[in-house]
Amino acid sequence: MGSALRPDLAAIASHVRPNSRVLDIGCGNGDLMDVLEHDASCDARGIEIDATCVERCVARGLSVVQGDADRDLANYPDKAFDYAILSQTLQTAERPDKMLDELLRVGNQAFVSFPNFAHWRTRAALMFGGRMPVTRALPVSWYETQNIHHVTVDDFRELARAKGAKIENAWFFAGEKKIGATAANWRAEFAVFQLSR
Amino acid sequence: MAPEIASKSVKLNADLPLDSGQVLSGVEIAYETYGELAADKSNAILICHALTGDQYVASDHPITGKPGWWERLVGPGKVIDTDRFHVICANVIGSCMGSTGPASLAEDGHPYGMRFPVITIRDMVRGLVGLLDGLGIEKLHTVIGGSMGGMQALSLAANWPERAERVLVIASSARHSAQNIAFHEVGRQAIMADRYWNGGDYYASDASPDNGLAVARMAAHITYLSEEGLTERFGRNLQDRDTKSFGFDADFQVESYLRYQGSGFTQRFDANSYLYITRAMDYFDLAEEHGGTLANAFAGTSARFCLISFDSDWLYPTAESRHVVHALNAAGAKVSFVELCAPHGHDSFLLEHEQLDRVMRGFLDG
Repeated sequence: MGSALRPDLAAIASHVRPNSRVLDIGCGNGDLMDVLEHDASCDARGIEIDATCVERCVARGLSVVQGDADRDLANYPDKAFDYAILSQTLQTAERPDKMLDELLRVGNQAFVSFPNFAHWRTRAALMFGGRMPVTRALPVSWYETQNIHHVTVDDFRELARAKGAKIENAWFFAGEKKIGATAANWRAEFAVFQLSR
Repeated sequence: MAPEIASKSVKLNADLPLDSGQVLSGVEIAYETYGELAADKSNAILICHALTGDQYVASDHPITGKPGWWERLVGPGKVIDTDRFHVICANVIGSCMGSTGPASLAEDGHPYGMRFPVITIRDMVRGLVGLLDGLGIEKLHTVIGGSMGGMQALSLAANWPERAERVLVIASSARHSAQNIAFHEVGRQAIMADRYWNGGDYYASDASPDNGLAVARMAAHITYLSEEGLTERFGRNLQDRDTKSFGFDADFQVESYLRYQGSGFTQRFDANSYLYITRAMDYFDLAEEHGGTLANAFAGTSARFCLISFDSDWLYPTAESRHVVHALNAAGAKVSFVELCAPHGHDSFLLEHEQLDRVMRGFLDG
């Protein structure tokens, strides 16, 4: 299941219980939703800001609403979903802390994936280059990037603690490869957390 | 005007109870169909027409001879594929293309005129449901509508939730805004100010309120377009002349165009129908019908919804579609929504648009 998916999405897909209700926020072209609907018989809904992506999703038969997660989550009732998924989007939110609250309000559990700004490559670029890092995990220049709230693995752990969210699970990736949790704040390019409250 | 219209027609068996409390008897619904109905009747699509639309969605108009208003989308191999689907399109009550409206004869053998009861969007849908009952179609594969047609689709989904599996709403709204009502009132006043309107009693006379109806159409037509579209098409270009006339002829191309649209419209539409249908749209507020909360209108629905808006549509702007989407989200309904880029304002839903085609096709297949 999910072999063609991006590694963070594959980790999420393999930990979503079949037949559950899922909201995928920032669902892109709907790759994760498609897998969840067809392989895990989930009832998946999506929110996506880009009209072209939404069009592709609808053309695939998925239920996706063009919208802005910063505003549109408010319309969903409490605990409407078993899982709320936010992949590679937290760092683009106006207020990531409030976004996390919303995820755990509309979903019983949340999956959050993000690029780790404390990865050694990023640190090295800043330390030795003295410039905002442009790496394979963060390929866009500071003036063009959508990432307005860079976050590290340790920052996210601290935010979850402050929000009273329980970390059920965490996965770390370097490139396409899954790595262990040891020194993840140094070694991980991407992280995926599964949270509950 | 009482055009001879070669269309299929059913007379509803039962009286039609109306939201006003009145009852309409002997209701005729004129309709067209395209494509074969499957043996299990699972492939029926109902297309609901807009304010001045009609049942001729994919066939030539009997008065103007122009191609069907959505012929671009409806036909063999097209987005609404009549090789696969049985497409039904009916003239709404209150209109003038064969379904019962103010020009129809009342029981006393004279046209209703203003004795026709004021109807609502839900009343129109009651008529359409009566037609579906007559055709033995329990559940539609999809109900589709743009503009006022979208209001009917939403009304059907809210009030007869078991009658459609999919609901496709384009450039529409769950309520008429103050601005929408205001433009309609301009049109109605233009008709009623016409000396030939005569309190709506003009069917037996030689003259009908064509001037008023034309002005109503001209005002409305502006709202269907966009400033960008008008500028691109006409700019400040003069019509058949090199200099301004210093008079009140149609100096500008845009004036000439609007006059042409207005007078053409009077050939095919009844002024009283225009009054009644615009009124029905103004009265439309789906939340009001459901205790003031739009989400209640869709509580427990199992239908899948798709809403589409156009970024240049200022008559039914994206915010109105979003409002419906939020209510559907709150109701837990399966809904898709996309705002498409198009330069032509509200009319974009009738025009060539590849993305619209792909979204519609995907939704119908999904």
